[in-house]
Amino acid sequence: MAEEKNTEVSVPELGKTAEERPKWDNKVQYLLTCIGFAVGLGNVWRFPYLCQTYGGGAFLIPYIIALIFEGIPLLHMELAIGQRLRQGSIGVWNSISPFLGGVGIGSLIVSFLVGLFYNTILAWVLWYFFHSFQDPLPWRDCPLNQNKTGYIEECAKSTPVNYFWYRETLNVTPNITDNGDLQWWMVICLASAWGIVYICFIRGIETIGKAVYVTATFPYLVLTIFLIRALTLPGATEGLVYLFTPKVQVLKDPKVWLDAATQIFFSLSLAFGGLIAFSSYNPQKNNCERDAVIVGVINSATSIYASIPIFAILGFKATSNYNDCLDGNILSITNAFNIGDQNVTRENYDSWLKHLNTTHSQELEDLHLKHCNLQEFLDQSASGTGLAFIVFTEAVIKMPGSQVWAVLFFVMLFSLGLSSMFGNLEGILTPLLDLHVVPKWLPKEAFTGLICLISFLFALIFTMGSGNYWLEIFNNYVGSLPLLIIAFFEIISVVYIYGIGRFSDDIEWMTGRRPNLYWQATWRVISPGMLLVVFLAYIVVQVQQPATYAAWNPNYINFPMTEALDYPGWVFAICILLSSVPCIFIPIVALYRFIQWIMRRVHQSQNRNPCENHAYEPELQ
Amino acid sequence: MLSRVLLSLSLVPALALAVCQPDGQDAYKVRLSIKTALGANAYEWNESEQFLFRATLAFAMRKYTGQETFNVSSVIVCNETQRVSFWFVVTNPNDTATLIPKNAVEEAIRLSRNRINSAFLLSDKTLQFLGIPPTLAPPSQPSLPVWLIVFGVVMGIVTTGILALIISGFIQRKKKDIEDEDEEEKQERIMENGILCETLEGKEGVNNGAYSHDEDRLTQL
Repeated sequence: MAEEKNTEVSVPELGKTAEERPKWDNKVQYLLTCIGFAVGLGNVWRFPYLCQTYGGGAFLIPYIIALIFEGIPLLHMELAIGQRLRQGSIGVWNSISPFLGGVGIGSLIVSFLVGLFYNTILAWVLWYFFHSFQDPLPWRDCPLNQNKTGYIEECAKSTPVNYFWYRETLNVTPNITDNGDLQWWMVICLASAWGIVYICFIRGIETIGKAVYVTATFPYLVLTIFLIRALTLPGATEGLVYLFTPKVQVLKDPKVWLDAATQIFFSLSLAFGGLIAFSSYNPQKNNCERDAVIVGVINSATSIYASIPIFAILGFKATSNYNDCLDGNILSITNAFNIGDQNVTRENYDSWLKHLNTTHSQELEDLHLKHCNLQEFLDQSASGTGLAFIVFTEAVIKMPGSQVWAVLFFVMLFSLGLSSMFGNLEGILTPLLDLHVVPKWLPKEAFTGLICLISFLFALIFTMGSGNYWLEIFNNYVGSLPLLIIAFFEIISVVYIYGIGRFSDDIEWMTGRRPNLYWQATWRVISPGMLLVVFLAYIVVQVQQPATYAAWNPNYINFPMTEALDYPGWVFAICILLSSVPCIFIPIVALYRFIQWIMRRVHQSQNRNPCENHAYEPELQ
Repeated sequence: MLSRVLLSLSLVPALALAVCQPDGQDAYKVRLSIKTALGANAYEWNESEQFLFRATLAFAMRKYTGQETFNVSSVIVCNETQRVSFWFVVTNPNDTATLIPKNAVEEAIRLSRNRINSAFLLSDKTLQFLGIPPTLAPPSQPSLPVWLIVFGVVMGIVTTGILALIISGFIQRKKKDIEDEDEEEKQERIMENGILCETLEGKEGVNNGAYSHDEDRLTQL
């Protein structure tokens, strides 16, 4: 009965004389691609930080609740609608209603903009990867200054790791208005990143499907290796205890729930159009419900799994720093009071200190001993690029066999990011292919090459001296608010415009089972409600925060602390533009279609000839 | 006579002690961290080790000045502590009352630093002459930076991959074009109702204005 259903939605014609719609070689490819798209850099460097900031094990509660009530329903909806309508994001929303075409265009623009800066991060990862083959690692020691009498001042004041990141990698300018030049080494790293992306993306899902066998599975292998190694490092248990100790009172803070919901939403890469594109290449009779649950659960499980080695290693780093601090103090005491060498050890340090405080308290004060506190070092965690390129690289130096660990770590980051890039680019390619904007004579290889080339040229902004600041702007303003808006419109369209009844029928036809109460409840009320609340809360939080950025300025008084500068007016205008341009297409397209509809009604009511039958047009017309 | 000799002999160490003053203008402080450097193989610091130190320092002075008059007795040590640290001065061999100026001593030590370190199995960090900074070893710079080599390898692989894929795609497309042409020639042109089927194939049927509702193709809002 379902086969002959008369749908009013235009399903694209099959059996064109040109190629049919491409399809996945097997189900595994499809699942790995979706998992690879969802599992990205954020799983490794954002989730562990959130977990640690928001009370360790207790954070898992809002996280899992958000997954169940927001993440998986939205995921299922996107996969189902793409699979049913067999088109990319623009085509799908156009099919549901031409007034909604703007949603697809918004997804396209967001995918493009996110792809620009995401691949730049991969270029940075490549740069570190290239440098991981040196012995010793270049971020271990400060370079010598001109006349070889000491270390470069900027490096001596901060740390070699910071210097390598801010000066030798980014060559960052002191503020965003100072553009600096294009850094040639960054340009060639960016070119190689785009080259690698192109080689995997060159024929669309045909080549992506092969590439994901490696890029989606390799990170798990590396994480396991790191897990085994990390658990044997001294201080690992401190790090893990610190991470997972639940502080349940943190749950009273609404910010925790907001961050859990946003983390789930962004982690699953919803609203990019990539998931819709991937599922549109599926055969229609495919169990998308099970796929959605699998992808959602694996994504969250990966986040939790990744946080274990990360925090073991951070615990190791904190312990090393703490020991170094203690050793520095011990040396000062030994030298000042001429105590025998190695008589003061880490174990009896406290008793010595007490003893000296009673006898020579003034001299002890004059030494200005550093206050060494393990908790403080553990608190120095970071998220984002700071975790990967500063904190983790510092930890890697202290591990024996640093080069191996550095290479493994950066290759893992690269493959995590690469599989996410595939989703971004498919979110651009599939809608354009479905809109038939590509001329027939242009081979697919050339079109994908064109997309990569244009993206590369735009991404050159991020290779300038101020590139890092611009990347932060893109990350904060493009990859956040527009996605929430687009996702909200997506679910409202599917549930209320396409019709939840029709959608449930479609899913029953595709999977053989009607969606149960859980799906009905979440799709109709809970998920849109949560999205709305998250969106409003996000805006409230953003408005309250001052629009500042952290600048690396060697001439700053409190250097090596970063300087908090305000965004200049024109930069802030660009931020607002970046947030609003993808969303503005939704009302623009709706308005455009509305005007078209009105024009057509007016035109039709004026001249309607009911006897005109166009089926019998003579040939020579 | 004998008493005078005895008196002068007893004065010499007193004079020596007077010459060697901590924080003196031409005195240097030395600090050794033997246990840190050698761990279990650490040796005990005693008179004989002290003697070796003075001898190596005399050697350093000889090497620097070229005069072979410096002797163990030219180097005077005082204020030894348990740390192990002490102060020393170098007296002029020709006139035991005057001291060799600080710069000369520093240059001499710099020149033979390596030999002095090796004599005690220590390094610049564990045998410290306070005031004489350790020489910083410049990092080795290979002729071509390593990272460019790795970059070249990766880019080479990527470029060959891209070319291979493009060329294979091109060849595939050429083969398919030839196949398609063969197929077309075989197909007869089908006619139905006086109209070629081919012209109809491209359209999804034709909307007959008389028989369709306005909003059939659009979902009701």
